[in-house]
Amino acid sequence: MTYNELERKAKEARKWLVETLVKCGAGHPGGALSSIDIMIALYFEVMNIDPNRPEWDERDRFILSKGHSSIGLYTTLYLKGMIEKDTLLTFRQNGSMLSGHPDMRKVRGVEMSTGSLGHGLSVGAGMALAGKMDKKKYRVFVIVGDGESQEGSIWEAIMFAAHYKLDNLTVILDRNGIQIDGITENIMSLEPYADKWKAFGWEVREINGHAMAEIVPALKSVPFTEGKPSVVIAHTIKGKGVSFMENTNAWHGGAPKGDLAAQALREVEEALAKD
Amino acid sequence: MAKYSLRHAFAEALVDLGKKYPNLVALEADLQDSTQSIQFMKAFPERYIQVGIAEQNMMGIAAGLALSGKIPVTHTFACFASMRACEQVRTSIAYPKLNVKIFVSHCGVSAGTAGTSHHAIEDIAIMRAIPNMTVIAPGDAREMRQAAEAAIRYDGPAYVRVGAGEAEDVYTETHHFEIGKATVLRDGNDATIISTGQLMYEAVCASDELRKQGKKIRVLQMGTVKPIDREVILEAAEETGFIVTIEEHNVVGGLGGAVAEVAAEIGKAKVRRLGIQDRFSPVGTAAYILGEEMLTINDIIVSLLEFVKE
Ligand SMILES: Cc1ncc(C[n+]2csc(CCOP(=O)(O)OP(=O)(O)O)c2C)c(N)n1
Repeated sequence: MTYNELERKAKEARKWLVETLVKCGAGHPGGALSSIDIMIALYFEVMNIDPNRPEWDERDRFILSKGHSSIGLYTTLYLKGMIEKDTLLTFRQNGSMLSGHPDMRKVRGVEMSTGSLGHGLSVGAGMALAGKMDKKKYRVFVIVGDGESQEGSIWEAIMFAAHYKLDNLTVILDRNGIQIDGITENIMSLEPYADKWKAFGWEVREINGHAMAEIVPALKSVPFTEGKPSVVIAHTIKGKGVSFMENTNAWHGGAPKGDLAAQALREVEEALAKD
Repeated sequence: MAKYSLRHAFAEALVDLGKKYPNLVALEADLQDSTQSIQFMKAFPERYIQVGIAEQNMMGIAAGLALSGKIPVTHTFACFASMRACEQVRTSIAYPKLNVKIFVSHCGVSAGTAGTSHHAIEDIAIMRAIPNMTVIAPGDAREMRQAAEAAIRYDGPAYVRVGAGEAEDVYTETHHFEIGKATVLRDGNDATIISTGQLMYEAVCASDELRKQGKKIRVLQMGTVKPIDREVILEAAEETGFIVTIEEHNVVGGLGGAVAEVAAEIGKAKVRRLGIQDRFSPVGTAAYILGEEMLTINDIIVSLLEFVKE
């Protein structure tokens, strides 16, 4: 797909994401809207996957380590034809397959159950190591939150991946700068962030996480250096695409109602129509 | 009957306790609204410690604070305190018997549609298996406030469960929470229901319903699961012959396990354990899950009637 087509696809995703959020009345929009462009780029352009055969052995793997952004993953899987529209609209409803945090035993195409922060990168490193042992070509992509990387286990995985030279492993770091209780640098500072990854043996690129012209070339050129894991620090806007959700922790979790719901829907629909 | 959020009852009580205990400090791991520690933060900003998303670190920091004369109160969800930070709790807090209070919100399945990653149906079993640990699960706002004060006054590690939703008031002014003591909510000798946490409301309703049919069911609220009140369990076994336990927790190792262990010593009562039947629950609200797990008033009644008929 061209960058324009991908950008249109991301607008479509935002529309479905917000519609699902509003109709189902629950979810975590902030971090889903900041990472949706990346998920669209991965599923529609970067990753080698077959939607009809999600268990295909040679497929590239994706783990959403910050599992609370599930609504973005479910929307992407829907647009990819991997889950039904009717299923998407049961998000967080009684008896649904789609819990607030993804369950791989319920949803075909979800590679790993996540939701407790700080687990996903270790799992991704395990998959990447197995790929190396078996001389497979598949690659592993993991989206990690910036707040999430306050968990010590993330740094254990970072150390491991560099030690085992897992150049088939790529992290996309959703650097939206905000966690639940506020701005990451006020809650538990991460900076100098890129330098920390470098010091731990990773090859770092920093991009605008909403521009396909930056996301796609970066993700297509991994590994940046042979023998090293890659991290793409994606500078993003929490809540991107819904004006009142942007750059605030107020919409980390929660679904808008009434006028706000109407406004959110209007904004994502207009963005798509303008295209 | 009125309802009140246990998180708010706890947070308000903690602010009062903060006035009484100048060495009380609160720790939070990026969930200040969900746990309601934000109330303590506003009242005592200089005694509020934000650790970021790092629960294991929080427990270690709390241990260090306790060793230096503070009374640290940690805040996070039950799943993260009991499982993510389990070994820090066991080895750095319980083993040296440090004065750390672990208050956990979203216990049981009260995180609802968030799903299994956010449920804690194992925490009572885990914490109960740790020597030196006191395990408390209050059932309504009044019991919550009293338990908060008792836990802070007590010198040693304590784990206190706080549900996410609202709890129906059950405690009257005559009921009083004391660590290690069950509260008798209803008298009766036909059978006994032992509850812990918020399901004490369901237990009382089931007893009241059966009383209309002439069956007198004793209700004991086990506000403390450890140390467990052995006396009342042995008495109930002797006097009623049948005990139904009910808890928002796996039936393995929780209240039901604790009661069965004590009752088995004298072999005088049958024990039926109602709880989550050793599985991860389906997706849904807390109320939906409790229905799916057969933890409603009606399920208790059915269990009791099966026995009373025998
Ligand atoms: C181990 C653990 N601790 C706490 C939480 C609760 N929690 C869910 S999301 C979140 C903030 C995450 O911040 P970030 O990683 O920056 O996510 P984003 O801003 O991209 O949504 C927290 C604390 C959790 N899910 N897991």
